[in-house]
This record gives sequence, structure tokens and C-alpha cells, in this order.
Amino acid sequence: MEIGAYSFGDTQRNPDGTQRSTTEAIQNLFDAIVVSDKAGLDYFAVGEHHTLEMPASSPGALIAAAAAATTQIRLGSGVSVISTDDPVRVFQQFATADAISGGRVEITAGRGSSVDSYPLFGYDLKDYDRLYEDKLELLIRINKNESVTWRGAGRPALDNLLVVPRPVAGSMPIWVGTGGNAPSSVRAGRLGLPVSYGIIGGAPHRFAPLAELYRRTAQQYGHSGPNIKVSVAALGLVAPTKKEALERFHPSWRNMSIQAGKTRGWPAPDDGAYLAQAHAPGAYYVGDPDDVAERIVHLHGYMGHVRHFLQMDIGGLPQDHFLESLTLLATEVKPRVERLLARVS
Amino acid sequence: MTAIAVLGVGRVGAAVARTALQGGYDVRVAGSGAVEDIALLAEIVIPGARAMSAEAAVEDADMVILAVPLSKYRTVDPGPLAGKVVVDAMNYWAPADGPIAEFEDSRLTSSEIVTRHLHGARLVKTLNHIGYHDLEDHRTPPGTPGRRALGVASDDEPAARAVMDLIDRFGYDPVYSGPLSTGAAFQPGTEIFNGAFAREAFERELGHANGTRLSA
Repeated sequence: MEIGAYSFGDTQRNPDGTQRSTTEAIQNLFDAIVVSDKAGLDYFAVGEHHTLEMPASSPGALIAAAAAATTQIRLGSGVSVISTDDPVRVFQQFATADAISGGRVEITAGRGSSVDSYPLFGYDLKDYDRLYEDKLELLIRINKNESVTWRGAGRPALDNLLVVPRPVAGSMPIWVGTGGNAPSSVRAGRLGLPVSYGIIGGAPHRFAPLAELYRRTAQQYGHSGPNIKVSVAALGLVAPTKKEALERFHPSWRNMSIQAGKTRGWPAPDDGAYLAQAHAPGAYYVGDPDDVAERIVHLHGYMGHVRHFLQMDIGGLPQDHFLESLTLLATEVKPRVERLLARVS
Repeated sequence: MTAIAVLGVGRVGAAVARTALQGGYDVRVAGSGAVEDIALLAEIVIPGARAMSAEAAVEDADMVILAVPLSKYRTVDPGPLAGKVVVDAMNYWAPADGPIAEFEDSRLTSSEIVTRHLHGARLVKTLNHIGYHDLEDHRTPPGTPGRRALGVASDDEPAARAVMDLIDRFGYDPVYSGPLSTGAAFQPGTEIFNGAFAREAFERELGHANGTRLSA
């Protein structure tokens, strides 16, 4: 199983609670990817969010920089909000980074968890479904053929036009990112694409029927082989002890919840909910290496996923805690997961 | 057995349909996309529910639950819903789903706008103010101390009564708030929408300004 991380960027906070610069957030994120690569982490995904708190809006640019500064880690987007972007441009940026990295780049396409990108790029929410369907189809088409003919929503038609550079392996992995809407699992299965589940609340093993639905739909449409696979993205933080992990992640979680509440009109966050989610079978993989590894392997029994990756840097998590967590994931959690999985099989 | 049609098989629709199955209803579901895709979806994600076209699902249903994104409410054909008790579980929630001019510019509740489109349907607003995770987790048998309450608003009192029975069988104490407009008390941004309340606290939140009340 691959172990990794994802980030939307995390703007740091001053002791008085005010926010530091978004420039620093991007620099921190870049440093974190380099540290993850050295530590032996398998995967790092970036973006896409467009807020002061989470400013990683350009996964392609950051991944291209990371591609040049790393040697082994796989790099991807988490997710590329394909509905409000140009699939031709997304493909070109990621294929460029793929060339620089020697073939370590992937794309995860999704609708995004917010609608921030619609007014920013001048798209109409009325076209929400059609933009996603059509543009995902275009992205898949570009990945298959260098000369592309396509007609659909959200960008001009293409008539046998060339899209270069081509990826190192001829094509790049394109995943579908979903937050657990059952029709999205059907879509991924129908298209024969790998699927990535963002599980940010509730009991993760409840996603098991969705993974089954995805696999059965793929089968129904004649898709099989290594492309039919599942990954899981979740919140979490690893520290030397469970107590430290809980204490370190709590202010971050609280800041993020307060921010989300301001936007969406929710009340102050409930610490009881935090503790419930941070212990098995909750959705936050917050703990020491043993705890986090055991919970990943427990979920594997339900999901059969090939990759588990965590978002740790939220709500102004201090950078040294972030880097320590990434390192522990690579050096302590991953070998434990491998040992436990070997015992199961 | 009472037949319930759930329109929409997203996170809300699937949770509502599973809860209806738990409540002992005969459940049929419909969603956009190929019927064979929805059939597989139902088999795995909503076991026990039957997948049908929206038209077939609604045809002999005793009650219909709308669980499509509000932005798509006009795709719901009003014809087959005429005369039916229809639950509106949808919300206008701009910070999460983006603005929709028709709802943004109105002083009416979202259900009062929806009911104009679904003329002839006996519209009842409820189930909009409980999260889809919570809907399956918070349900308890009648009489359980602290049982969570859900509001029910409708201009059609017999329809409201029928839906209150449904809410009870779903595992919640139903509280009639009055006409559709009183559903404003549990739309996004309200205390009720953001919280979870047992009957007495729920009634306090409602304030019962209009004094209307039905017993369960």
C-alpha cells in the first residue's frame, strides 16, 4: 500500500491569531514535498483551493517545481477542479511536470469541495454537471491521443489538434476524486478510471459499499485490470505519541472548523466531535504510528485501497509538526502498514 | 405497505432511502443516469430499494421525497406529483452550493418557491435540517428520552400529518411548525439547521409564533 499526503496549502498564523502570508504557505508546502521525498513517502497531492487559509490554487505549477526537486515521490493533484479549468492546459502542465520528474506525475480530476472557482474563472453554476462531464471526457481523450477532436461545454471545440508534450509513459494516471456521492462512483466505474475517495467525516468503513459499487460498475462496463483501483484521502496527523498528535492537531482542526463555520453559518466546533473522529472508527487519522497504521489497515479490510494519504496541514499547523508527521508517515507508519498487511494476507 | 418514492440517489437521497427502509417502507428510488446504473447503485448502496424511472417510481407511491440538488428542482416533472404528498428535503445554501438568483432575490422560503413549480403537489418541508450522516445515526424509537425532533411545515395539514407519521417512523419526534412559510425557522443559517434538539427545545426554538400545533 502506498502512503502519502495531500495539501491545499496552509497559511500560518501569528501568535495573535492573524494570518501570515500566502507566499510563505506555498514555500512551506514546497519544502514539505521535498522533505516527504527524502523521507520515502510514496505520494504527495496538491490543491486546488482558492482561499486565504488554503492558497494552493495552482497544483500544476507547484508540482512542476516539486518534480525538479524530488527523486522518487509520485506527485498529483488533489483535486484539479476540472469543471472550471481548461483540460488542455491542465494536461499540458501536468505532462510537462511528468517529463521533468521522469514519469512520476498523476492527475486527480474532481468537482472540488467548494464553488469558489466558478466566479473566479467566469463559469456559471447552472452548467455544473455538464462542465464536469464534458471536460472530464476531454481530459481522458487527450490522455489517450495526442491529436484530439472534441466538442462540448466550457471551451471551444477541438478539431484534430495536437496536445503536447506527451507523458513519459505515453499516458498519465487520471483518477476521479469524489466525496462519497454514489453516482460519482458509478461515473468512475463507467469510465474505467481509478477512484479516490475523500473521507473527511463519519466512519470511513461506511464508504465500503461505494468502493464495491465502483468495482461492480467497472465490471459491468467491461473495465478490468490495474486501472480499477481505489485510494483514500483523509485528515490526520502523526506524532510520536497519540497524546501529542491529539494536542497538536486540535488547534488546527478548531481553526479550520471556525473558518468553515464563518463561511457556512455553522456554530462553534464541538470538541467532543473532534475526539470522536480522532479515535477508531472515526475519520481523523490522528495518532502515533501504531494507531494510524492499524486504522489504515482496518479500513483496507473494507475498501481494499492501494493508497492512503492524509491532509495534515490545516488551520495554521506549525510547519515543524507538519514535517515531523510527514517523516513519521514515511518512516514509521508505512513499514507498520506493510507488516500488518503481510500478516493479513 | 406504504410506498415511498425517493427522487435523487446522491448522499441525501441514499441516506433518506435507507432510513425509509429501516422504517419499514416499500422504497423505490430514481436518479439521473442509465436505469441499469441506478439499479446496481440501489442494490449495493440502498439494499432493499427498487430502482425505477422517476415516472414509474412516483406513479403508485403514497409519498414522494425530493432529494435532488435544489439547482435542479425544475427538472422534476410536476405532472405525476399532482395530488401527492411530496416532501421537500432540499435547501438553498449559497455558501456551500453557490448562489441561485431566483432564491437569492426572494424573501420566500425555498419550499414556497418550489411549491409554485410543483403546483398540485401537497408539499411538506422537512428532512432538510438534519445531516445525511446524522439521519441514519440519530434515529431512536418513539419515547426514547431526548429523542431528536424534526420540524414539519406545510400549508396542507393532512399532508403534514401524514409526513409527521413518516418522521416518527424514521426515528424522530415530528414537530408541526405551521404553514410552509414557517419552515423559515429551520432553513440554512438558523439555530435549528445548525443544531440538534429534542422536542421541547425544538419547540422553544421555533417559538411557535403562530400558535399552530398538531400532536404527533
